Amino acid sequence: MTEEVPSYLSPTGQEVVFLLMGAVAVGSALLVVTTRQLVHAALWLVVSFGALAGCYLVLTAEFVAWVQVLIYVGAVVVLMLFGIMLTRAPIGRSADLDSGNRVVAAGVALATAAILVTVVIDGFRTAYTPLTPGAGSASELGASVFSTWVLPFEALSVLLLAALIGAIVLSRTDIPGGPPADPPDPPDTSTSSQGDPADQSGSSPSDRSGGH
Amino acid sequence: MHIVYPAVISALLFSVGVYGVLARRNTILVLMSVELMLNAVNLNLVAFDVWLRDRLHSGQVLTLFVIVIAAAEVGVGLAIVLALYRNRRTVDLDQLRELAEPAQPLPAATEATGQWAPGDRSPDPGKLTPAPPNVTESGDRPPTPGSRNVAMGEAAPSGNGREDQRSAKRGGKP
Repeated sequence: MTEEVPSYLSPTGQEVVFLLMGAVAVGSALLVVTTRQLVHAALWLVVSFGALAGCYLVLTAEFVAWVQVLIYVGAVVVLMLFGIMLTRAPIGRSADLDSGNRVVAAGVALATAAILVTVVIDGFRTAYTPLTPGAGSASELGASVFSTWVLPFEALSVLLLAALIGAIVLSRTDIPGGPPADPPDPPDTSTSSQGDPADQSGSSPSDRSGGH
Repeated sequence: MHIVYPAVISALLFSVGVYGVLARRNTILVLMSVELMLNAVNLNLVAFDVWLRDRLHSGQVLTLFVIVIAAAEVGVGLAIVLALYRNRRTVDLDQLRELAEPAQPLPAATEATGQWAPGDRSPDPGKLTPAPPNVTESGDRPPTPGSRNVAMGEAAPSGNGREDQRSAKRGGKP
């Protein structure tokens, strides 16, 4: 695939659209991580994910684009907004959204970007493919999901069920702790991941009674 | 389509996500930045699937799987954040330092043992009976009361502030 690479100086219409979408995605992602209002970060996240869905559409991955719109824009961002509401975050402008190590973080991110962009440009300068529509349609992807990738698909459904049950158990406060969770202090000292959810459910009633 | 374009865009998105994870203080904003990094990976997967013309569509199928796993991750992560908010009244990452190493390990350990052990014994000695097996799990100590202090002294610095908070709360309750 290294032969007959077209010039970078005369981009096709697809490339222009893709680059515009990518610029929108990267710009709104920058706004997500730099904005001072928490709700605006979630809304800029919608813009970024929508632009990425447009990128997938240009890359002829239609089904992935619609799944991106449905799950990310429809579910994940709504979950984030629920989380923002339920933690009673400040709705307006708040000054303390960034931690103290902002300069170090910017340095690390710039170094990551420089290294990745350099390596990627150096490695894939001559990679080119013409885009042919239909390769990422729902029928093609469905055929390959349900023929080749059936086992990961089923494992993924079990994982979703486990995540659902885990989220329910973590968010309920009225689950009584078992006998090992009743004395709260010694399981804490071991800092094992096992003792944590049971410990939370055991300690939250005392927290509530202490608050009132 | 030159493959450099999606690769560069996904590299930039990934580093924006790295900046967000490192620089943000609110836990939900950190989760959003993790989503940005996952989306960068997804863009790479789709681009290389298109470039290599994979007959099995492994790149796009893996993208779908990553999207589903990200949704599950956000659900569990937000449940953890809400449990955290219920117990601590804060989601600031800078204030959640119980798992950090203390500055001087040895004085902090002895101090924690001295503060914590009386508060543990005072309310109900019968409640302590299930505790020693757990200590033996973590520290491989026999469950005698004499060796328990040693095991606590080893394990105490990890949960230092929380233990103090707990013992103070239990002392004030009755």
